[in-house]
Order: sequence, then C-alpha cells, then structure tokens
Amino acid sequence: MELTILFAPLVGALLCGFGWRLIGETAAMWVSTGFLFLAAILSWVAFLSFDGVTEQIQILRWIESGTLSTDWAIRMDRLTAIMLIVITTVSSLVHLYSFGYMANDPQWPEGESYKPRFFAYLSFFTFAMLMLVTSDNLVQMFFGWEGVGVASYLLIGFYYRKPSANAAAIKAFVVNRVGDFGFALGIFAIYMIFDSVQFSVIFANVPEHATETISFLWGEWNAIEVIALLLFIGAMGKSAQLILHTWLPDAMEGPTPVSALIHAATMVTAGVFLVCRMSPIMEFAPYATGFIVVIGATTAFFAATVGLVQTDIKRVIAYSTCSQLGYMFVAAGVGMYSAAMFHLFTHAFFKAMLFLGAGSVIHAMHHEQDMNNYGGLRKKIPFTFAAMMIGTLAITGVGIPLTHFGFAGFLSKDAIIESAYAGQSMYGFWLLVLAAAMTSFYSWRLIFLTFYGEARGDKHTHEHAHESPMTMLVPLGVLAIGAIFAGMIWFKPFFGHVDEVGKFYGIPVAEAGAHGTEHVEGAEDSHGTAAKEGEAEHHYTFVGKPGEGAIYIAPDNHILDDAHAVPKWVKVSPFIAMLFGLIMALWFYIWNATLPARLAENQRPLYLFLKNKWYFDELYDFVFIQPAKALGRFLWKKGDGNVIDGTLNGIAMGIIPFFTKLAGRAQSGYIFTYAFAMVIGIAVLVTWMTMSVGAN
Amino acid sequence: MDNILSIVTFIPAAAALIMALFLRGDDAAARKNAKWIAMVATVATFVASLFVLSGFDASETSFQMVEQGSWIMGLQYKMGVDGISILFVMLTTFMMPLVIAASWNVETRIKEYMIAFLLLETLMLGVFMALDLVLFYLFFEAGLIPMFLIIGIWGGANRIYASFKFFLYTFLGSVLMLVAMVGMYADAGTTDIAMLLKHEFSYGTINVLGIQVVGGLQTLMFLAFFASFAVKMPMWPVHTWLPDAHVQAPTAGSVVLAAILLKMGGYGFLRFSLPMFPVGSDVMANFVLWMSAIAIVYTSLVALVQEDMKKLIAYSSVAHMGFVTMGIFSANQQGLDGAIFQMISHGFISGALFLCVGVIYDRMHTREIDAYGGLVNRMPAYAMIFMFFTMANVGLPGTSGFVGEFLTLIAVFQVNTWVAAVATTGVIFSAAYGLWLYRRVVMGDLIKESLKSITDMTTRERWIFAPLVVMTLLLGVYPALVLDIIGPSVTALVTQYDTALAAAADAVTQVASH
Repeated sequence: MELTILFAPLVGALLCGFGWRLIGETAAMWVSTGFLFLAAILSWVAFLSFDGVTEQIQILRWIESGTLSTDWAIRMDRLTAIMLIVITTVSSLVHLYSFGYMANDPQWPEGESYKPRFFAYLSFFTFAMLMLVTSDNLVQMFFGWEGVGVASYLLIGFYYRKPSANAAAIKAFVVNRVGDFGFALGIFAIYMIFDSVQFSVIFANVPEHATETISFLWGEWNAIEVIALLLFIGAMGKSAQLILHTWLPDAMEGPTPVSALIHAATMVTAGVFLVCRMSPIMEFAPYATGFIVVIGATTAFFAATVGLVQTDIKRVIAYSTCSQLGYMFVAAGVGMYSAAMFHLFTHAFFKAMLFLGAGSVIHAMHHEQDMNNYGGLRKKIPFTFAAMMIGTLAITGVGIPLTHFGFAGFLSKDAIIESAYAGQSMYGFWLLVLAAAMTSFYSWRLIFLTFYGEARGDKHTHEHAHESPMTMLVPLGVLAIGAIFAGMIWFKPFFGHVDEVGKFYGIPVAEAGAHGTEHVEGAEDSHGTAAKEGEAEHHYTFVGKPGEGAIYIAPDNHILDDAHAVPKWVKVSPFIAMLFGLIMALWFYIWNATLPARLAENQRPLYLFLKNKWYFDELYDFVFIQPAKALGRFLWKKGDGNVIDGTLNGIAMGIIPFFTKLAGRAQSGYIFTYAFAMVIGIAVLVTWMTMSVGAN
Repeated sequence: MDNILSIVTFIPAAAALIMALFLRGDDAAARKNAKWIAMVATVATFVASLFVLSGFDASETSFQMVEQGSWIMGLQYKMGVDGISILFVMLTTFMMPLVIAASWNVETRIKEYMIAFLLLETLMLGVFMALDLVLFYLFFEAGLIPMFLIIGIWGGANRIYASFKFFLYTFLGSVLMLVAMVGMYADAGTTDIAMLLKHEFSYGTINVLGIQVVGGLQTLMFLAFFASFAVKMPMWPVHTWLPDAHVQAPTAGSVVLAAILLKMGGYGFLRFSLPMFPVGSDVMANFVLWMSAIAIVYTSLVALVQEDMKKLIAYSSVAHMGFVTMGIFSANQQGLDGAIFQMISHGFISGALFLCVGVIYDRMHTREIDAYGGLVNRMPAYAMIFMFFTMANVGLPGTSGFVGEFLTLIAVFQVNTWVAAVATTGVIFSAAYGLWLYRRVVMGDLIKESLKSITDMTTRERWIFAPLVVMTLLLGVYPALVLDIIGPSVTALVTQYDTALAAAADAVTQVASH
C-alpha cells in the first residue's frame, strides 16, 4: 500500500506529461488527478489503521560505497503517516481545483497546450514530496528535498514568458541551495560520526555519541550540536525562515494552486518535518535548539510585521505562511515536536484554503491581485467569502478560551504558545503573542479590504466578478471541514496527555510512579515548577529510547506536562491578542477607513521599512549578488586573462613569433599535410604493432 | 577471444586505415561512405567492448584479459583492464557512435574528419588499457595530435590560437612526465605497469638544490606526473586552455574533449600517482585538495559571468573536475568511488550539454548567449532535454551528477572539513550559473526576429540524446551498476595506499629512534 501511495503520483505525472498527446488533454489531467485521489484515499487508510509500530520497506539499492550504504526505502511511522495525509489530501484537492482555475488562463494564447504540463508538474511535485517524507535515510530525504525544489522551480516559473516569474524561480532554487549547503554538510557530519545515514542506526546511537566532539572548520565542537545546526540551516532554506526567507514572497509568481500546495501546505513545512524527524538529535543539542527557537520566533514576528502592509493578496498570505512556520519552529525548538506537527497539520488545511480562496477571488476578478482594487465582494462571491471567513477564523485562532473547543488554528497555535512558555523561552513566548495579534490584524484586514466596503478599482472587472465553478468550490468545502474540525478531532493525540501522545507516536510510556524519583528530580532541577506538576493529573512519563516511536522525547523533557500546567493568563493571552488584532483591523478598515493612509503618511520611514520587507532583497543584492558577479568578472578577465595566461604567454614569449609563422602555414595547408602524415604514420605503427603481437 | 582488448582498441584505427587507403574523391557518395564507415566502426567497437564488460570479473582486483608480447626495440606491448580502467573504456566506446552521429552534417573534409576521430578513439582506448609505461606514453601523447587537428581544421574563427594553446599546455606538461618515466625505469628496471605498482619507490627526504624534499623521489615523481595530469584534468590554475579549446572546437570535438579526454588526467592519478607514489601523494594531498576547492569556487564564479555558452559549460567542466581531484586525494573508498563515478557521469552530462549547444549552434551559428531567448516557444523538446541536463549538471539527486558529487564531498569531509565546506558552496554556484544560462537561452518570450523560424530537434538529434538521458537517469537511480564494478578494485587500491603509508611511517619512526 505504501508503495502505491508513493508511486501513484509519479505514474500520473509521467502519463500526463508524456502521454497527453495520445490520450488528449482532459483525459491526461484526469489521469493525474485520479492517481492522486487514489493515493489520498490509501493515505487516509494507512493513517487511520496505523498502529504506531515503525515499519521499514526496502525498494532498491542506491548509493553503496565502503561503509556508506543507502537504499531506496520507506520508513513508515506516525510522522510519515501524518505527512502522507497532509500531502495527498491537499494535493488531490489542488489538482481538482486546477481544473477550474487553469481552465482559461489569460497568460497563454488560444490553442496553446499548457494544462497537461501543469498537472504533470503538480503530480511530480507530490511524488518528490512523498519521497521526502517516506525516506528511511537522509540521502533519500535529500533526493526528495531537491526534487521538490525542482518542482517548485518549474511551477514558479510556469509562466515562462514572464521575466519576473523566471527570476523568482531561479531565486527560489538558488536560495534553497544555500540551505541545502547546510543540509549536505549535516549529512556528511552525520556519516562521519555515525558511519551511517540511515535513521534507525543514527537514532539508536545518538546517546553513545552525545559528548563526542568534531573538529569542524576552525574549532572543536560538540558533534551533535554541529549536526543539528547544519541540518537546521537546510530547514531554514526550505521553510523560508529568516535570512533565507526572501524567495517565498517572490514564489507567488507561480499560479495560485501552486502557492496553496507547495508554498503553504507541504513543501515549506519540510523543514519543520526535518527537525521533528531528527528529534533524537535535537534532544541532545540544547544550543542548536535554542537557536531554532530564536530564529523561529523572530521569523514569526518579522513576517507578521511585513504582512501588515502588503497589498497583494497572495503576498499577505505568503508572509502569513512564513510567520506560521516560525511558530512551528519555536515548538520544535523547545522540544514540543508534537505541537509543531499539530500546527503543521492544521495549518495545511486552513492555509491551503486561504490560498485557494484567494485564487477564487483572483479568478473572479480576472487575475487582479491588488487588494486596493477589491472591495465589497462578499455578495458577488458568497461561497468564496464563506470559505475565506472560515480560513480566517482558523488562522487567527478563534475558539472558546480554556476549553478545547475552537477552530483548528485555535488549538494548535495555543498549543505552541503554551509550549513556548513552558519551555522557558520568554523571547519566543512574547514574540509569538505579538505575532498572533498581528496575524489577526492582517488576516482581518485582508477580509475587510476584499469583501467589505466599496468596490474599488476597475468597474468593469467588478461587474463581471463571478463565483467560481464547482471544481474550485468543492476543494474549498473539503478544506473548510478540516479547518474547522481538524484541531478538535486530533487535539488529544497531538497535544493531550503523555499516554495519549505516546500511543499516537508509538513512544513507550510508563507510570510516573515507577520512575518517580528520577523524574521529580529532573523536574525540580530544570523547571522549579514541580509543585504545580503534583496537582496536574500526571500519571505517565515518556520512557522511549531514541529511535523508538516516531519522535523522541528525552526523559527530562517535561514540556508537554508543563505546557498543560501554565498559568491561566498564558493560556488566554493568544485569545486576547487575537481580539486586539481584530478590533484594530475593524478600527482601521471599517470604522475609520482613512486611518491607514494617514498613518502611512505620518510614519513614513516605518511604513517603507515594512513595505520593503525590511530591505532584505536590497541588502542581499548589495552584499552577495553584485559582489559575486564582480568577483567572477575580475577572476575571469584579470585572473584567467592577465595573470595566468599572461604569465604563461610571457614564458612562451620566445615561441610566439614561431607560432604565428606556423599558424600562417597552417592556413595555407602545409601543416595539415604534415600533421596528417604523422597521424597516418602512427596508425601504421600501431596496426603493425597488433599484427606483430598476434604473431607471437 | 584472447586479444579482445586489442580488437576493441584497433577496430577504429583499422577503419581509419581502410578509409585513408581506399576512399577516394570528395563527392556525395564518398562522404556518405565515410560517415557510415565511421559509424559502423564505432558501433562495432562498442559491441566488442560489451564482450570485455561481460567477461570482466569485478571481484578480481588484478589486471584481466591481459595481452602481452614483445615489440620493437626490446619494448613490450601489454594491455589489460581492471576495475579502475574498464569503465573508461566503456565510456569511450559508448560515446563515440554518438559523436559520429552528431557530426553527420559536417561538410568540409569529411573523410579526414572521420579518420581523425577514429584514430582518436583508438588512442584514447589505448591510454586506458595500456599496461606498459612506454605504450601508455605513446597513446597519451599521440592522442594530442588528432585533437589538435580537429580543433585546428574544423574549429571556429580563432581555432589556430586555441589549438596551439591546447597543444602547448598539454605537451609541456607531458615532457616532465616523460622525464619521470625515465627515472622510474632507472629505479625499478621495468616499464611494466603491473610490476611498477608493486615496486616501492624511495621516499627518504632528499636535498634538491638546497631544498629539503619530504617524500624524496616519490614527491618529485609525483610532481612530474602531476604537471601532466593537472593540465589534462584540467586543474586550476592551468585550466585556461580548456575554455578556448572548447569554444573553438567543433561540437563533436568538444564532446570528446569533455567526455573522454579530460578523464585521462583523472585516470592517470588513479593509475600512477596514488598507487605508485603513495608517500608523495600524501605529502601533496592537502595542496591538491585546496587547489580543487579553489577550482570549484573560482571557475563557478567565472562561469557566472560568461557570455558564450560553450565557455560557460567549459568552466563548469573545470569545476566538476575539481570534485574529481578532491575525491581522489581524499584517498578513501568514497572519494575514489566518487571520483570515478563523477568522471563517468560527467562524460554523459557534459557531453550532452555540449551537444545541446551544438543543436542551436547548427541552426543559428552563434554561441552568444544574448543571441538567444525564448527558445521554449518553438523548441519544446529541446527545452526539456536542456532542462534535464542542466539539472543533472547541477547535481540533482536522481541523476548521475549527484552521486559523484555527493561521494566526493562526503569523502573529503572526513579528511578536511574546510575544503569540504568551501567545495560544497559549489552546489550553490552551479545552480546559479546553470539556471541563469537556461533562463537566458530558453525561457522568456521569443522576441528576436532571427529566432522566429527556428525548428525543434530532428529525429536524428533526439536519438543522440536518448542514450545519454537513459544513462544519466539509470546511474542516478541505480549507481550500483558502476559502483559494483569499481568497488573491489578501489578497495584494493585504498588498502594498498594505506598500507604503504603505514609502512613508510613505521620506517620513519625507526630511523628517528636510531
């Protein structure tokens, strides 16, 4: 079954991409979509029937050299199962949605075939993404990692006639490669320390190497810390975290279904998945995970600030994605991998829906993306409006405080914020709460600008605004169900009590009594909140060794219990932040609609700073791109030209006149005859040589 | 078949001889005959080489299918293959029919053209199979001549400069190698490579012109061989002949140059430098590693700003060869496996990239990147093929380009993390220059008037690419095809190298303790 899930999208991609001339465009599109739905159904079966026991399936040998041995193989555990349903569900819905969205794309002249190519790329992406999450070793994971990068490159640059799309595609690939640089070095370091790249071997041996050092570049470091940090650099690239985030907003040049699938629900979460997958390493790397928290929290904050002022509807959602990914990293960084996966899971539903909803708006508005030209659309496209509302309620985290009743984002985001507090990361906690307020503000701003108020912009476009076809509305409906219920249904396995979470991930748990003494000591040492733990109904504790179960939670990691026991004001804080953001948005865009313009005028430097995304692009262009080109030119003209050739020519100074004479003769044909005779001579010589050997 | 290796080696030469002796005139029929004779000969060579491959026992690490006989002036003729060399033989015989097919539309002096390529094939095969020093040198040097002619006669506007630059660089390097070879004969009393591999060259520190040479004779000989092989590879900073040679060479010449000729340097390191002068190699290893890392970054940066397609790919070749030398001088299993794999894979990929340039050069007669743009609109099949090989060149996992890069990097990381880190930046640069080239040539709207009537690839062109696509994918997904064959021989080489180094270290400590 796992094999079918894995290869169905590949078969679909190949049939669609190469076979459409034979079977026709529509049939080809249905083939790829059909295979995706098959994979999605099987994934759900696999997820629901999964019993928590890690399973490995060998497919084919891959790179084998000395002690390095990698296979094409599947590792089926809970993390894989979660990712399977996320990927295949969103992907199959996006395929379906694309029937409507890509139907009459104005980018292409009449009669030009572009749809099969689009569907083939989508399916190929899905295959690569599945390879990434099902891998049982780091190198195959790297295959998927790069594969999704290529698919992303192809899809961002799908409108290949548009220079901006081409530029964005290259940018995405190259910036991701910067992250891959770290990832690759991480793999090398892992092989050096563990003599293997296979997860099961690495995980089982982490404790043994926990204090080992590695001499890397200029110093001696703790090997596990170095590995964790290098792998995280890879994650930063793929998940668009600060410093390596610049490609994500530009990636919105791709068609909107692509943004929903790749740049919201699946590919960009690969970094979070990587960190969770490597939890046995992360648990032994306190400094590296501290760094992860800082980067994650800063990104969540930074992206939210930029999201406040963007006017392109897709860019707002893109920055929102960037920001939400930061949340997930904070959770993973404090050791609450399950909460990170929880948010990844719910975020996939509501963010894919927001993007698809935005696509529906764009579709209705004849590919206009500037929110300044929207307004008052709720009556024209009521279903889209309803979907966007649900998505917004989910992302801003609407629910009933202090209960487990609310939209998906309410449960998962609160879980992360509580974890951050429990993990003693005040930096993370406060930035995330601030970001939650801003998330609420920009999300509601998007709704108000798009669906409320007066119609702005081109009148003609507004008159012709129309609701999208069923192929686009059905996916929205399905995702809406997820955005509402996913959090409530799966709250316990992801963020319930230790025994529930342990069962979900296949991590052995034990009665706290049995391990009572050592446990309480640990709790007192690191938290000083032991008193509070006593009153919580705390019966179990994780006792799994690294590699047992899908994630590893060290015995002294009590964040889950601590997160449940945080003070009430902490639990309510994200809700208050959300309300604050909502009220501010109402004030700015409904009650007093002239305020934003005035504020932008008054606070011009701040506004420009945010509008220009903290000037990262300009900075990178100045610091990296221009110098690289200048250096390249310098090395070419001066290095190769003057120094190397100059020196060698200087040495050969005496011979050069001789050259020219020979050259002159060559043109008149003498040298040819001469050299040709030489060649014939050699030919005769060697042939004779063979003959004489034969005679022996 | 006792002399299968000689048969493989000399089929092309025999065909060349037949052509030279019996093919007369320059009419259409004669041209057609020349092309078909060359095609049949190269295909026959490939088929014959398949027998070599099928008869080859990978688990046996000594030379196989050895042929030996005495030859003129007391010299001996000896051929054989082992796990290190056999795949280079296969690469050569595999590529040559494609090269001939790619030359189907050559107009001038087609007979001489085909003769030059056929002779070149014989000489290249000889290099990889020769088991005698003199024979090796003969093949190695003689190979220069046909290539020199190919560039000098069928090349572009500036071909004379390029061909002489090519010739002088490589020839000057070889002179030093010849001196070292004489020295080896003097020291070991034989020119038989199999015996030389067992001979221990002295490594006691000696004093040359007041300079203390650690590793003594071995280091000196290493350097002499290095001069020749480094130019051939080519390594930075003696690489500048390559871009010029590529730019001026005809498409088929570029393909042979990139796919096969460059590999002679790497093969030389594996056959001579590492096993025969282990102490010398060890002394110089760090130096070579750094040269490789610099090469990767330096040439990648230079590639970034090229305006000529062929030059760009040529510089990218130098960068990729940097991975090879890096792998070799990591001197461990992954390094050598990776280096050999990278050379084989680079043969397919760079060959294909030069063919890609050839396809549009044949149509537009310019290599200027700015002369193109938006080709995808009229050449979708070409766009797909070019994309595929661009990605393979970038080292995308799943293509053969990844395996070699990955293995060499993982190898060097265990030896020197600085070099590994610097070299790994190559993966960023290669993406940048590769995709930037692709964008400027293929992507965008088709605006230029001159390109409005350009046609997509012909059936012949598609068939040339098909085998290359297959090999690139196949080796990327199932590299065991290569690694199983080279593995045991590489293990033996690494073991021998390590043993020799350990013995040398022991000897030094003994001397010191006295």
